[in-house]
Amino acid sequence: MAKQQPRVDAVIVGLGWTGSIMGMELTDAGLNVLALERGADRTNEDFAYPKPADELEYGIRHTMMQKPKQSAVTIRRNLDERALPQRKLGAFLPGDGVGGAGAHWTGVLIRPTPTDLQLKTFADQAFEPGVLQEDMQIQDFGVTWDELEPHFTFFEKVCGQSGTTGNLNGSIKEGGDPFEGPRSEPYPLPALQDTQNTEMFEKAAKQLGYHPFPNPSANVSRAWTNPYGMQLGPCNYCGFCSRYGCLNYSKASPQTCILNALKQRSNFAYRTNANVTRVELAPDGKTATGVTYIDDNGEEIFQPADMVILASYSLNNVRLMLNSGIGQMYDPIARTGTVGRNYAYQIGGGINLYFDDIEFNPFATAGATGKMFNDFSPGNFDSAQYGFIGGAKMHSSQASGTPIKTPLPKNAPKWGQGYKDALQKYYGHHMKLSMTGSVMSYRSNMLDLDPTWKDPYGMPLLRMTFDWKENEHRLSRFMRDRLSEIADILKPDYRDEGFQLEGSHFKVTSYVSTHNVGGAVMGTDPSNSALNRYLQSWDVHNVFVPGGNAFPQNFQANPTDLIGALTYWSAKKIREDYLKNPGPLMSRS
Amino acid sequence: MSQPDNASRRAFLRNTFTLIPTVGLAGGVSLTAKAAEPPPNLGDYQPAFFSDEEWAFLLAACDRLIPGESAGKGPGALDTNVPVFIDRQMDSPYGHAERWYMEGPYVLDGSPDLGFQYPYTPRDVYQKGIAMTQQYCQQQHGKRFDQLDADTQDSVLKALEANDIDFASLGESQKLEASEFFSSLLENTKEGYLADPIHGGNKHMAAWKMVGFPGARANFRDWVDQHNVEYPLGPVSLTGERG
Repeated sequence: MAKQQPRVDAVIVGLGWTGSIMGMELTDAGLNVLALERGADRTNEDFAYPKPADELEYGIRHTMMQKPKQSAVTIRRNLDERALPQRKLGAFLPGDGVGGAGAHWTGVLIRPTPTDLQLKTFADQAFEPGVLQEDMQIQDFGVTWDELEPHFTFFEKVCGQSGTTGNLNGSIKEGGDPFEGPRSEPYPLPALQDTQNTEMFEKAAKQLGYHPFPNPSANVSRAWTNPYGMQLGPCNYCGFCSRYGCLNYSKASPQTCILNALKQRSNFAYRTNANVTRVELAPDGKTATGVTYIDDNGEEIFQPADMVILASYSLNNVRLMLNSGIGQMYDPIARTGTVGRNYAYQIGGGINLYFDDIEFNPFATAGATGKMFNDFSPGNFDSAQYGFIGGAKMHSSQASGTPIKTPLPKNAPKWGQGYKDALQKYYGHHMKLSMTGSVMSYRSNMLDLDPTWKDPYGMPLLRMTFDWKENEHRLSRFMRDRLSEIADILKPDYRDEGFQLEGSHFKVTSYVSTHNVGGAVMGTDPSNSALNRYLQSWDVHNVFVPGGNAFPQNFQANPTDLIGALTYWSAKKIREDYLKNPGPLMSRS
Repeated sequence: MSQPDNASRRAFLRNTFTLIPTVGLAGGVSLTAKAAEPPPNLGDYQPAFFSDEEWAFLLAACDRLIPGESAGKGPGALDTNVPVFIDRQMDSPYGHAERWYMEGPYVLDGSPDLGFQYPYTPRDVYQKGIAMTQQYCQQQHGKRFDQLDADTQDSVLKALEANDIDFASLGESQKLEASEFFSSLLENTKEGYLADPIHGGNKHMAAWKMVGFPGARANFRDWVDQHNVEYPLGPVSLTGERG
């Protein structure tokens, strides 16, 4: 019999961005809230100078990331392959501990477009039947731009978003993104400073008629006090950002933006090293009674709660639903069930440019430093003629200049004196042209429970089935050709490239992206979504699941802004309606 | 690299920037970092993990992977204590694979694209990889790796890299491949060469000085807008050593 803790009004599983936002909103509503975080505590003191400036520890050994020992994922590329556990981190790096990935993200805080939220509607209008892959399962989010816009605006104020406004209430502004959805307010802060690579990229992109603008950033360009009274200091371009905690109180994170305010509230508490293994359901299976977790002494504890917020990483949210029997597990053959359906990802590619006589000083940079253009997001160009749907943000970013990760030309010797010569010749003489592309959802890209491997608590590991599909190969080919035209203008002394082109398969061995989305998606139809449009489980009404898991497919940029906005959107509905009358917020019929 | 007017630029840099980061760092480091212990002399270093024979292999291999000044400009792996770094890594969470998922069953015939599947920690990989490479050298050349001349050592390393040495025929039962051992060795060698000296390699930040990386300075607010201008200051380390 598990030990039992006193009941709380709401228990939050995971204390990253979504858990912190829900903590703030639900304590505002007067609820007694407890957050359970499976990792260690992390405070701003852990990021004091010079500790984070250690590439080996954070950039290479991934000290702030989840340990596969605690929660590995098994991976296969198709339904016939045997999935194998990802024994050490590679393609994606989920965060661990208080702050989650929000403590060590790069800080690109960008909105999707209005079209991205209604991609299925767009596809039905813009594509003739039969053009798109038959096994594609794209859907609308079930929430519109106008509904989410106030929540983007608020979350961006929480983060001190820095950038250049492109569309203010329908009026197009010079220097910003003319393709962005209309903003109700300008960016809170001006853009970060340019670097050598962004200047070169911008010039070449404009020459080709594109519309470059600064990467929207949550590394703040100026001092900022957010709506919670939390203060951020101007970024000092330290060069240790993506994969590192911020040593300068400049990167928006749960720590710098929310938690120190939240921790002062008497109706909020949190426990660390508290690994939730499942949500407990009432005998009728229609409500949750709380969660069971294992504490750091290995003791199993039941935490009763009136509401459960699954605010863990997207992959673990899906796993918790599956391990708890919340909703029906997706079956890609029978095409039944929704939990695990529509797992999607992010596709990347780029061209490395090397210049003998240009100093890029890659170490002098913010994580989000870069310029991008949105001319190739859905609806802004005719992709139907190329046989694919989706888009890419095209950019030149410079996240870091840490030396172990120095890019060298593909033809440079890997060792010996030639390697040493190449390091000397090319360190600081490199810039990159990149595309970050959308990934659609497909019948066989999915999540379920692994039949073989288990975690230290005896719970099945999550099994991921994922591969690149022809639509994404075509998208990569198109974007590659456009980036190549930019490279031609810039005339590097040497260039090489890497893209997922025709016939390439997903590899877990090298980093791709930590934008793992879908698996418990939101929507308006319970037959193809695990959550309704308020991120409430269709099946267990007092379970809400904010996170990237809610995306029905992925759009061509970074997910955090949308995840934050969706969480505030869900919280608003909980506060305005659910708490007064707990029950399903949408009817199943 | 080349700048049109180096003398006047340097004078400008000296006057404008030199003092600011130096003062800032002296304050920050003295408050937060442990006093730096001088790095050991490689010849005096007693490895904690590697046996004498393994150590001799490691020194010889590192010297070929990143050779010293005799081969050409720039410090080598031995000049920068890379073997010390690797020895210390063997007793870190990395060496023990503490963070990795190491539960069976181990499936060894899956696609390499599904990633590392051996039942081995990095400590195991080094011990097995070195032993089999030595065995191979004895069979082929009648000598240990460290007794071979440089060209022959290079040919052995190339054979490991290309997976042309069959570890299975040398007694390997869990399908550890020569190329896997080689890539661990090369990756760790580069890490030791370019990581902060706090981890045992990159002695006196020699590799950072060579490439022009300023180390743990971590404040470039006054430099981010100096486009295409070489950064003027040498590196600092986590413990406050200045290069």
